[in-house]
Amino acid sequence: MAHSDTTAEPTRRDFLLLTAGAFGAVGVASVAWPFIDQMNPDASTRALASIEVDISALQSGQSITVLWRGKPVVVRNRTDKEIEEGKAVKLEELKDPIARNANVDPSADATDANRSAKDKENILVMVKVCTHLGCIPLDESGEFGGWFCPCHGSQYDTAGRIRKGPAPENLPVPVYAFTSDTKIRIG
Amino acid sequence: MSGHSTYEPKSGIEKWLEKRLPIVRLLHDAGVSYPTPRNLNPLWTFGGILAMMLVIQIVSGIVLAMHYASNSALAFDSVEGIMRDVNWGWLIRYIHANGASMFFIAVYIHILRGLYYGSYKEPRELLWVLGVIIYLLMMAAGFMGYVLPWGQMSFWGATVITNFFTAIPVIGQPIQTLLIGGFAVDNATLNRFFSLHYLVPFIIAGVVVLHIWALHVVGQNNPLGIDVKSEKDTVPFTPYATSKDGLFMVLFLVFYAWFVFYQPNYLGHPDNYTPANPLVTPAHIVPEWYYLPFYAILRAITFNIGPIDSKLGGVLAMFGSIAVTAFLPWLDTSKVRSGRFRPLFRIAFWLFVAAVLFLGYLGSQPADGNAVLYAQVCTAYYFAFFLIILPVLGFIEKPKALPNSIIEDVLAKSKH
Ligand code: HEM
Ligand code: FES
Repeated sequence: MAHSDTTAEPTRRDFLLLTAGAFGAVGVASVAWPFIDQMNPDASTRALASIEVDISALQSGQSITVLWRGKPVVVRNRTDKEIEEGKAVKLEELKDPIARNANVDPSADATDANRSAKDKENILVMVKVCTHLGCIPLDESGEFGGWFCPCHGSQYDTAGRIRKGPAPENLPVPVYAFTSDTKIRIG
Repeated sequence: MSGHSTYEPKSGIEKWLEKRLPIVRLLHDAGVSYPTPRNLNPLWTFGGILAMMLVIQIVSGIVLAMHYASNSALAFDSVEGIMRDVNWGWLIRYIHANGASMFFIAVYIHILRGLYYGSYKEPRELLWVLGVIIYLLMMAAGFMGYVLPWGQMSFWGATVITNFFTAIPVIGQPIQTLLIGGFAVDNATLNRFFSLHYLVPFIIAGVVVLHIWALHVVGQNNPLGIDVKSEKDTVPFTPYATSKDGLFMVLFLVFYAWFVFYQPNYLGHPDNYTPANPLVTPAHIVPEWYYLPFYAILRAITFNIGPIDSKLGGVLAMFGSIAVTAFLPWLDTSKVRSGRFRPLFRIAFWLFVAAVLFLGYLGSQPADGNAVLYAQVCTAYYFAFFLIILPVLGFIEKPKALPNSIIEDVLAKSKH
């Protein structure tokens, strides 16, 4: 405040300056927000929130990849061998011990059961976007027989858990539900 | 060095303008009578070359925008249309695409010139910081421009780079969503990148004005790094600097034209002639050559540093490697500007250049085996150069004797 009278009480001018400043700041912020928020996903993008996938033709050992919210989602019908391998891994061996499954508790362990579909341990549904910098890992490849990301060499196992390379987290499992025995709704 | 003006309005119109808007005086003072040190070498012509490149990019870009469609369904085909159907479109696009590379070649030479001759030291700190800002804006313009043709490298480059933000804890993901306007890179991303790609070069032009203004206040540095002491140390900008700048601009244009006409795709990547596909990542993604050293630094951090995981560490190292250059004026403790008189600095400088070039090479290679180790060594040196070597050298190095003045040095040389 620009007056030098050290003993004085705040004056009416101080009050006016403060209130004018505060109103000005609130005003600028409330006009700025629409100009920032317009950059967020628009209504039509948000409306694409859920899709339905038919998996009746999906044989054991096959995967299909569908586009959900602009991102590939893989649905894999795992072989018995893949399931066994997924179960055999101990939690201590995992780089990321959390399930990263939107359908279970956020702190659940990354066990094979917590990663695969409930009561259908052969079905694995994941957003196939590398948790490092967003490339698309390749199916059925890498040292752990799961997914391999060509960009910077991250390796995921048969339950989509990160085992090696720069990626920090397991491939995320999106919200999904079986609407019938052969149909899955994602989102 | 903004001494008093020598301009005298002569014609009637000049006199009329002089009273109302003394723009002729401004141009005369800045471009004709402006005193330049008489010992400048060709490395000092790159400022002018950079200004020329900015104009070329803006002119060719505005023309491209007349034919380009910034919609994810049309973009790739519209660029192919520019190449095949638009009259002279191939030429204009190659001028623009290679122009970006030439712009970066020129800026790297310009920056290394400043580094070697200590042009960032007092009183040119702010001039240097403005330069760092221009360079950052150029990186942004180049990155967003490269996304526009909407090929595979465009798409995956945009994906990987915007994903840098997800490394930031908690707020990273929302920031990334805000930037790309969706849950993945898509039409919304392309559209806004086009809007910003159009804008940023004009912001650059504005900062360039500040950069030149600051330059004209403090005056140019010179290869000896000593201050101008008298009028004898300088020559007027016109004709001396204008003719030398002109010559080197033409030589630079010849080099540039060679790429445009004979190797137009040499500096690009063939994968970008494949339309963007969100379901398939190319086997080996690389950024444009001018980002490669920073890309190598990003990938060099493969280990966690305390609470910082390797992903965030890589991103911080990469941004830090550019941010640190802004503090250079305060990190270098030596009073002597020019590397010519600093024997130890000279060694450290050339090692630095070698490390950056090697990082660039490593950035273009797959990150496995020894490549990662080499990148880590070079990254360590990169940071040590700024944070340890330059601060320490100022205390332990014994510089060679400086000449008394520019004119003395010039005359001594011409006697032999
Ligand atoms: C700082 C100056 C600029 C730089 C460094 C720059 C850089 C780039 C780059 C690297 C590309 C990709 C070229 C390719 O591979 O096809 C590009 C494309 C493009 N730029 Fe720029 N640009 C600049 C200024 C401008 C300006 C002022 C405009 C005006 C609108 C513009 C409009 C375009 C358009 C329409 C494209 C897409 C066509 C194409 O890809 O060839 N640029 N720019
Ligand atoms: S994006 Fe997959 S390893 Fe980097």
